[in-house]
Amino acid sequence: MNKIWNNYRYLILRRFTQIGILILFFGANAWGWKILEGNLSTSKIFGIIPMSDPYAVLQMVAAGAVVATDLLLGVAVVTLFYFFVGGRAFCSWVCPINMVTDSANWLRRVFDIDRAQLQKQPIGRNTRYWVLGISLIVSAVMGLAAFEFISPISMLHRGIVFGIGFGWAAVLIIFVFDLFVLKNGWCGHICPLGGFYSLLGKFSFIRVHHIEENCTLCMKCKVVCPEKQVLHMIGKESIPVLSGECTNCARCIEVCDDDALKFSIRDLIQNKKTGE
Amino acid sequence: MSNHSKAKKPLSDRRKFILNMARGVGYAAIGGMVWSAYLEEAKASPLVLRPPAAIKENDFLKTCIKCGLCVEACPYDTLKLAKPGDQKPIGTPFFTPREIPCYMCEDIPCVPVCPSGALDEASVTVDGHLDINVADMGLAVIDENSCVAFWGIQCDACYRACPILGQAITVEYSKNERTGKHAFMKPVVHADACTGCGMCEQACVTEKPAIFILPREVAMGKAGSHYIKGWDKKDEARLKDAHAIHTTTNVSRKKAVDKLNAGFEGLLDE
Repeated sequence: MNKIWNNYRYLILRRFTQIGILILFFGANAWGWKILEGNLSTSKIFGIIPMSDPYAVLQMVAAGAVVATDLLLGVAVVTLFYFFVGGRAFCSWVCPINMVTDSANWLRRVFDIDRAQLQKQPIGRNTRYWVLGISLIVSAVMGLAAFEFISPISMLHRGIVFGIGFGWAAVLIIFVFDLFVLKNGWCGHICPLGGFYSLLGKFSFIRVHHIEENCTLCMKCKVVCPEKQVLHMIGKESIPVLSGECTNCARCIEVCDDDALKFSIRDLIQNKKTGE
Repeated sequence: MSNHSKAKKPLSDRRKFILNMARGVGYAAIGGMVWSAYLEEAKASPLVLRPPAAIKENDFLKTCIKCGLCVEACPYDTLKLAKPGDQKPIGTPFFTPREIPCYMCEDIPCVPVCPSGALDEASVTVDGHLDINVADMGLAVIDENSCVAFWGIQCDACYRACPILGQAITVEYSKNERTGKHAFMKPVVHADACTGCGMCEQACVTEKPAIFILPREVAMGKAGSHYIKGWDKKDEARLKDAHAIHTTTNVSRKKAVDKLNAGFEGLLDE
């Protein structure tokens, strides 16, 4: 039991926050709860603290909308949190699509699909930044928030709270795409929201830290990591994972049997380094 | 063999970089155009009915952040967020009056909660107080062919259902010439008072409603500034924005008087 907790503690916590947030949103719409109203685009905590999706608002600005003060406040709350604290944690701790792509990833490992697809991946991980750029251009040209019209993330979280319609099809497409076409295809290659948070969360304080002396080079961390390029230091040097593409999902920490990975605060690490 | 003999120099890094960027831009252009084409279709929904105080549809589409706070605030479940498959701009709030109309709450709970300004509180505020009667969600339109009141059958369901009774819908009496002894009691919608709440559409007794709500832009024509109600001072104000279009043809190049004095020379040849 203790071992299960030890090996899955962050995964369990992440599912708890992901599902918990959806339940609070659902309760607000269905039963009038006042804890968390709205959805992931814009919400209110206890009817007071506003939160808004900064990428959605950025698209609205590109589209030429007049952005209301309420939204700007909400953007400030979310942006400050991820910029200073969470990094790209939205992707692994909040986004409901994470559960879809995680399960596709898990099935890939169960059926050894990774090994069957050793050929070169069709698109690179920088694609998301291109999609991010195009989404702003298309928003400007078409005069509306372009990604919000096709976002499977919005379709899923809005669908769970307000009714999904045909939105399940978009979710299924992502699941099948991640399962058969491209490993970590959506979250790790295409999703412009992930790209946005990769850029935004680059300087956040919470970081995964590698302790090279403990590492036995088992590479379990790289097997589970959805952004394994960020773990380039494994077995090489004791440095924190500084890439903004790390989602702070902490799967690497819990699969490591040798205590070679842990969460820590960026500033403290630097102090330690200078102290050494 | 010529391919082999002609030793190819490896591409320089600069060339590789430029070619890769060009390829990226190419992909981006294709993707962007497909994306735009989809959006052009996806945003076109001229018949969608918005919550009260919604700003103009084009601005609404770029301003609404699709959070659903208005939907949650609506006590009657009137408002819905468009789902994929609803064939409306995805995630935006709308209502279907035949199912659940807008009950025109006096405190208009759906409007002040809007964080984005897509629902503009000022547009339903009169003298510092919210007033749902000035809301404009659409306009009721009557199909005289299927409305049984126009057949001579007495029905005033829409008139009774109207929350602005006697102003947005009135009943007009006229003689039924067919029977010679009965009256028509025909409903008439007044565009200046109707808010488009849809209570009439919901109340309508016909199988498919004979009175229904359309967005004002769809339901109404436009006279243009070349027709003015000369007896109405307010209407004359529209002339301010009017601008004349001058067309010069061979006939009109000279002044009409000169043309007449010239004895119609050449006029008939043209």
